[in-house]
Amino acid sequence: MAISLKTTRRSRNRALAAPVTHRRPTSPAPANARRVIDFRGVSKLYAGDVGLDQATFAIDRGEFVFLVGSTGSGKSTVMRLLIKELEPTSGVIRVAGHDLDQISRKRVPYFRRNVGVVFQDFKLLPNKTVYDNVAYALQVQGQARREIRAKVPDILRLTGLATKLHNYPDQLSGGEQQRVSIARAFVNHPPLLLADEPTGNLDPETSIDIMRLLYRINRTGTTVLVATHDQAMVDKMRRRVLELSRGRIVRDEAGGRYTRDETTRDLARRLRAPGTRPPGL
Amino acid sequence: MRIGFFLGEAMRAMRRSAAPSFAALATVLVTMLVLGVFIPIVQATNGAADSVRSRVEVDVYMKTNATAADEARVKRELLAVPHVRSVDFVSKETAYEQQYKADPQAYRLLGSNPLPDTFHVIPDNPANVLAVRSSLTPAGPGGTPGTIDPAIQSVSNKRNDTKKILEVTNLVTITAAALTVLLTIASILLIANTIRLSLYSRRREVEVMKLVGATDWFIRWPFVIEGIVVGAAGAFLAVAVLGITKIALLDPLANNWTLIAAPRTIPFSALVGVLLIAGVLVSALGSGLSLRRFLRV
Repeated sequence: MAISLKTTRRSRNRALAAPVTHRRPTSPAPANARRVIDFRGVSKLYAGDVGLDQATFAIDRGEFVFLVGSTGSGKSTVMRLLIKELEPTSGVIRVAGHDLDQISRKRVPYFRRNVGVVFQDFKLLPNKTVYDNVAYALQVQGQARREIRAKVPDILRLTGLATKLHNYPDQLSGGEQQRVSIARAFVNHPPLLLADEPTGNLDPETSIDIMRLLYRINRTGTTVLVATHDQAMVDKMRRRVLELSRGRIVRDEAGGRYTRDETTRDLARRLRAPGTRPPGL
Repeated sequence: MRIGFFLGEAMRAMRRSAAPSFAALATVLVTMLVLGVFIPIVQATNGAADSVRSRVEVDVYMKTNATAADEARVKRELLAVPHVRSVDFVSKETAYEQQYKADPQAYRLLGSNPLPDTFHVIPDNPANVLAVRSSLTPAGPGGTPGTIDPAIQSVSNKRNDTKKILEVTNLVTITAAALTVLLTIASILLIANTIRLSLYSRRREVEVMKLVGATDWFIRWPFVIEGIVVGAAGAFLAVAVLGITKIALLDPLANNWTLIAAPRTIPFSALVGVLLIAGVLVSALGSGLSLRRFLRV
């Protein structure tokens, strides 16, 4: 109890004092330990249809990766496999070193607490306030009221919702609702954050804000995987891109010349700059 | 904190789906009322049937002019009949005294003693009463039933009475059992339906709960509690209605009219316990049914 409380306080302070501190691995860790996501020959068949076909890729800790592809290319399948909502037909999926096949049904909820998930349709509870929506995630994990009272305001400040605490989701704009959804996914500071079309329902300007927020979260050391078909956004962000087509990985490209230490402000400025196509893409 | 959370969620769900909750509650109430009325009634009728069965006997009436020697001989002959356990002799004087006590006016009017000497023949087993009776009344000449001794006037025939009483008790028991089973099934299904509607109206919450890593039982508890609260409330109301009925109707009657108090039945406190447990059990079953079918966590 004392230890977990301590951890909470420390993470709180970190979020308060230096939300943009980038954690760089000080010594070269073994390859497996740095690997957050590892797909090896993963296939998923839906009643004969191919959802995913022999997909193999790996994502390291602290990476910011886009998963692109047209509708039905298997992006959502990857996301759902990663939270063990689906079981692969064949192949091995490892998340933070754990073989998902080895996680028993009983342990799945505990596994999911280490993976934040954000969806296109936000999945907020309409009859709860912003504060309660975020607190609900902690409540259902059985966390103590004290911890909830400590964590929720912090995460809402981080996501820029400090003034919207007592609003209901239908009183918020789409961008704000997505921020609540991100706050809920990140309130536990999970090492991995998945976002399935997080900007699918949002206008370009709001999308930039959301991307900026995801980048800020990424800079705290969290691995972020974003599925999207917003090609322009992907091009501008200049991060690693995995492209899926009919269930196959057809492109795996490091984002090239971007600096990891770019501040969120610089990123936003770059994203807003009209018509900047990154050279070499 | 957790208990508070579960209870809060369950109460919220009940407020939101008040109509189906009320329907389920009413069915549980009716079921428990029927159960609460029929348990004592079945017990009482079974008690009556048992006492009838244990009193199954064949009465042998002597001719009025039978002598003491005749009586001794008949007694020997009766004891020799197969399946006879014992034979009780009731003299006409004893019988007259008993009857006179029961209805002095009528017997005073009568003046003389019309009652014969009687043997109560008790079979070793109530089921053998008919065999004993037919042994005592062998077919005489011309097919009319005769007697085994000339000193015997007639042999009683209580068969029809016994049979009727046993039939009535069986009917009451079967009716009560059938009604209870049907109502119990209805209660379980209605509670299952309530929980199903509750699940449907809260599917978003369930989805979010799964997403953020709530354990299976954490998701299930509010629904289980909702079902149990509905069932327990129904049982509690049934107990209240039964209690009021007992105090207002049965207790005054029992003081004036000994018949009601006569058969031994379950004490009221035990009945309350049975009903409450049955109510909770029924609702837990109903919730479980829906959770198994519609909540794949």
